[in-house]
Amino acid sequence: MTTTQLPAAPSSPEVPTPAAPGKPRRRRHLREQLSGWAMIAPAAALLLAFVFLPAIMGFGLAFTNARLVSPRPVEFVGTDNFARLFTDPTFWRSLLNVGYFAIVVVPVQSGLALAMALLINKKFRGVNFFRTLYFLPVVTSMVVVSLLWLFMYRKDGLINELLSNVSFGLIQGPDWLNDPATSMPAIIILSIWQAAGFHMIIWLAGLQSISGELYEAAQLDGASRWHQFRYVTWPGLRHTRTLILVTITIQALGLFDQVSVMTQGGPLDSTTTIVYEAVRSGFKQQETSYASAISLVFFVLVLLISAVQRYLTREKD
Amino acid sequence: MKNALNSRAVSSVGTMTVRILFAVAAAFPIVFMLVSSLKPDQQIFGDMSSIAAFLPIGNISFDNYGAVFDRVPAARFLMNSIGISAITVVLGIFINSLCAFALSRMEVRGKRIVFTAILATLIVPFQTLALPLVWWVNQLPYFELNGFSLEFSKGWLDTYQVQIIPFIANAFSIYLYHQYFESIPKELDEAARIDGAGWFKIYRQVVMPLAGPATATVAILTFLPAWNSYLWPLMVVQSEELRPVMIGIQYFFQLNVSWGEVMAYASLITVPVVILFIAFQRSFINSIASSGVKG
Repeated sequence: MTTTQLPAAPSSPEVPTPAAPGKPRRRRHLREQLSGWAMIAPAAALLLAFVFLPAIMGFGLAFTNARLVSPRPVEFVGTDNFARLFTDPTFWRSLLNVGYFAIVVVPVQSGLALAMALLINKKFRGVNFFRTLYFLPVVTSMVVVSLLWLFMYRKDGLINELLSNVSFGLIQGPDWLNDPATSMPAIIILSIWQAAGFHMIIWLAGLQSISGELYEAAQLDGASRWHQFRYVTWPGLRHTRTLILVTITIQALGLFDQVSVMTQGGPLDSTTTIVYEAVRSGFKQQETSYASAISLVFFVLVLLISAVQRYLTREKD
Repeated sequence: MKNALNSRAVSSVGTMTVRILFAVAAAFPIVFMLVSSLKPDQQIFGDMSSIAAFLPIGNISFDNYGAVFDRVPAARFLMNSIGISAITVVLGIFINSLCAFALSRMEVRGKRIVFTAILATLIVPFQTLALPLVWWVNQLPYFELNGFSLEFSKGWLDTYQVQIIPFIANAFSIYLYHQYFESIPKELDEAARIDGAGWFKIYRQVVMPLAGPATATVAILTFLPAWNSYLWPLMVVQSEELRPVMIGIQYFFQLNVSWGEVMAYASLITVPVVILFIAFQRSFINSIASSGVKG
């Protein structure tokens, strides 16, 4: 027992037992309240200071002319920033790019992640080896991954050499990142490669929570593997599906690192994104207010899309 | 009967083949990176069109690593990142588990509202917070002990604490601990209380020792973003001596770069994480897969 490891404290009359009635009990209750709040306070204060407050500030800053470093006092400018934003063609292009990215990445990445999870769900010799390998790209930072693939995507790089080898010289690969037609697909491929392992783990969590008895019953009924997947696995993953859908979508909409390292939004704005535009104006041009406006639009977009997704995947009674 | 056996054998060979294909796809860029870091540029390009691109053969040396340490203050960056990540992980484990403990196991008025508010922070993507946060940390005061006098300064830009303190409290860590604590029987607390233990003692000596898998998961999930952070230090840290490893990559954004050196630096900042992950992977994957993340 764990309790026996505790050093026996001297029992003083002040220590109330659960059975003690009346006053000591209330005092115990008060002490519990106080120590409880003392334990919650550090984390709550930090979240308040570094999530809630900046979120509210960002909301406020979007309607001002604040700059990161400026001698002038901050002034309220109404919706000027939004008017400027909605007439900026680069902003619309970035929305379009992020939409393109998300529409490909969300289904492909979640599908591949599910396939990987199914491949390593059951115990077999070497299961840990495969789990580790599949997860390896996730522990590699997106920045390193971007740099590595930047090298592999060169005209004379590894990807084109591989393509040429497997096609016996028939395919002459493009100059991936310098061609507006292939720059976004190139970023899509490496993003899926890097992140699929993370969602594999979430799928795996869902798969492990499905009772083995259901599979045994299905096997007794002579269900084929496809039928087992269709009628046991897929319904059993209901909650996991929603979680995966929402997390991959949010991740896809926030596309930044890859663009920042590989293309800086180019060529011809073909890979610029909402977050990249926000960072470019907020950080490089120090226009905190304009960047806050972009961030606010981005946040509303994320909120709307996840709300719609949750609504569409809700449990229908 | 024999037929059925054959088809099962065929399908298991098929499954294994697919498993291996996925493994090759996951591993080949990383193998290529590690192998290329050991070769001079000329040979990297010469080997590219054959299997030699993935094999450490030919003119193999650690010359690229030596050159990296000449070009980039890599040792300093590594020390910074180790320090920043370690402090974030240790404080994160302590503060988040403490909070989850009170929310899960103690009678505290208003805890439901607090827990809901904490979970609500999960829907705010960090990218939307980053820019107002830069502005905000630039307004914050900080104190310094200068000899015996306490000095206050304004602005956290270009410091260590700006890379650590905003990332200690984490709603996802609190959620993971909360889930895990719920699975530990509450009778243990009652028994300890009858023995006269205070709440902090119960936290430290009863509950935390049983929460090992949750701690392993939180440690890795806090360590990875701390080690990999790029956008944030890019915005808030200018001084070279305060920079973390990922920013070092910027030293290679130039013409006539030696790709062997780039691959050496990329390997240098990746291998420690991979080693750490392999050391912890069993408890990490198992704990997420068994209890942690559920929809």
